Amino acid sequence: MRRLLILLAVVAMLAAACGSSSDEGTETTAGGSDETTTTAAASTEETTTTAAGGTEETTTTAAADGEESELQAKVNACAPEETDGDLNFYNWTEYIPYGSAAEDYEVTDLVAAFEEKYGVKIIQTFYEDNETMLAQVEAGGAPYDLIVPSDYMVSTMTHPDVDLLAKINKDAIPNLANLDPLFSGLPFDPDGTYSVPYQAGTSGIGYAYEFVDDSEGISWGLIFDPEMSAPYAGLISMLNDERETLGAALKYLGYSVNTTDQAELDEATAILKDANERIAAYDSTSFDDLLLQGEYVVSHGWNGGFLGSYDEASNDDYDAYEDYGYALPIEGGIVWVDLMAIPVTAEHPCTALTFMNFILDAEVGGELTNYTYYMSPNLAAYDYIDPEILEDEMVFPTAETMAQLEFIADLGDFGLKYSDAFAIAKG
Amino acid sequence: MTMLDDRPSEEANPELEKKAERAEGWRGFFIALPTYAYLVVFFVLPLLIIVVFSFAERSRTGKPVLGEWTLEWWIKLGEPLVRTVAIRSVWLAFLNTAICLLIGYPFAYWIATRKSAITRNFLLVLVLIPFWSNFLVRTYAWRTLLDSNGLITKVGEWTGLWGKMLFTEPAVFLGLVYGYLPFMVLPLYAAIEHLDWNLVEAARDLYAGAWKAFRKVTLPLSKPGIIAGSILVFIPSLGAYVTPDLLGGAKTTLLGNYIVTQFKSGRNWPFGATLSVTILAVMMVATIIYFRKGGKTL
Repeated sequence: MRRLLILLAVVAMLAAACGSSSDEGTETTAGGSDETTTTAAASTEETTTTAAGGTEETTTTAAADGEESELQAKVNACAPEETDGDLNFYNWTEYIPYGSAAEDYEVTDLVAAFEEKYGVKIIQTFYEDNETMLAQVEAGGAPYDLIVPSDYMVSTMTHPDVDLLAKINKDAIPNLANLDPLFSGLPFDPDGTYSVPYQAGTSGIGYAYEFVDDSEGISWGLIFDPEMSAPYAGLISMLNDERETLGAALKYLGYSVNTTDQAELDEATAILKDANERIAAYDSTSFDDLLLQGEYVVSHGWNGGFLGSYDEASNDDYDAYEDYGYALPIEGGIVWVDLMAIPVTAEHPCTALTFMNFILDAEVGGELTNYTYYMSPNLAAYDYIDPEILEDEMVFPTAETMAQLEFIADLGDFGLKYSDAFAIAKG
Repeated sequence: MTMLDDRPSEEANPELEKKAERAEGWRGFFIALPTYAYLVVFFVLPLLIIVVFSFAERSRTGKPVLGEWTLEWWIKLGEPLVRTVAIRSVWLAFLNTAICLLIGYPFAYWIATRKSAITRNFLLVLVLIPFWSNFLVRTYAWRTLLDSNGLITKVGEWTGLWGKMLFTEPAVFLGLVYGYLPFMVLPLYAAIEHLDWNLVEAARDLYAGAWKAFRKVTLPLSKPGIIAGSILVFIPSLGAYVTPDLLGGAKTTLLGNYIVTQFKSGRNWPFGATLSVTILAVMMVATIIYFRKGGKTL
């Protein structure tokens, strides 16, 4: 009997262990695990629908087309300030101020402000990476009205074979006039047909002034040059992301981050493999915190992550900005922009368009950046952005630096080569 | 209960006996029906889906395209990268199992040979206590212990025996052994506790030394525990994902991370499915062989 009990206990533990190891491993919040479950549920669901579609392919496709044009008709009929129900908003975590976070940052609760102004509710759901969002929208499990994909994901979702976004009705967004010309004509959506910029940022290097001399600018050599990086061996972190990290290596070599030249990619793989022994960790979740804790001295990461942490670490007696910096390397870096878009799952597109217009409002846009510490694509918002943030080159790089930055593009099948190259570089 | 009491008198009638047996068989089937349903819905079907996915073409977003079949992903399994990753993962899992066995056996033996049942149960509860909190949280706790300012690092620096271990291979093994040791200890405890000590005594009476008695009697008799424990440790450590990422700094690609990549940024679900099916099949075959060789079930 006891043996049986022990056996049961072991099996239960095993199940528990498997459960947690299949978890993301990044966030410990309830939301994180919740998300995992929904994704799993959605993907099974997706399977069944696809399976059904396989047998009667022509009929299903036709039906889908009809449905999409129905949504498109609805979008096209929306008037400015019109709402047609509650907003199902599928967004990144910590990307809009609301509730206690808004209070902590002393900014307007934008969710409450929108709800109050238009008399509709915002139902928020969150994701932590573009791929999770893509899988969810593709599965069609939930009626999301508004999503915030990144640059390359917009091109993935608008690809004719994928076709997951509705076209924007520009007449319903008068505030588009506030948009910075820098953010129009973006390579993945040149005419802004499908998307409206939300926030933008860069990936570069965060570092400790005490150990890194930045008098002549920061170079990717701090990571890839054997001599220059030697003093920081074991104190370097890079993002655990194949496109970002191989992109950094490609930039160091003077190539494009979107190269589809196998020889150039091989070269970047080789120098990353060489740098591997000097890199302490590939870390996309705690690069900023561990830099402040002294585990890293040179850390590859996103500007908003560093600045948010520097700000959090600062108090009346201590200013983290005096000890830590963030810079875009002289060889150039990566710029990204997240954009609002209406997915095919939308049921309330007019509310979604009204929300886009709301975000492009001058005051709202200012408060958004005061919370996220990311670059605002909204020129009118500059009047409302905290001058300290606005003058900070870490957030708003100079036009000169901007010219050197590149967007990550969707490379289609060649993208597979990047994942394998990253695995090879790690050894 | 009454049925059991009635039995002896009925035993004379073989016809009735057979009927009762058949009825019992059906009853067993119905009692187990929810379990069968559960297994089919949550285990067999998902498994079949993965198998089907592994033969499908990949769409631009990485999803499998059903109806367009290919062997591409099964051929990709032969690539050197896959082989390197697989060998590395198997080696890591094997080492972890060996370390757990070396530490776990004496430990389980010691617990099982305590005289009082209260002491034994108390020690067992101590083994189980870590499971009261989530594995991820416990791994983060290790991170705090092992970083530059961590307690373990400070002790190492003070004694001069070791330095900072965070993001090194020893840290990964520390985390893995810590995580999976209980899976080794519990089956071993069950096996050793049920050992017939008279046999050991007999061996000693026949002039076997302590070591010889252990090697010839105790060890073979606890073999089912060793097998069960090794399987329970080996299989999950083959897919270890959180520990190498958090304590090892994601510095090397292991099977677990490699599969996750296929489903996320790699956008190649069919290949992820192929890898998963392969691991599952290999583990299943290995386990069956292991049990056959062991000659016994748990």
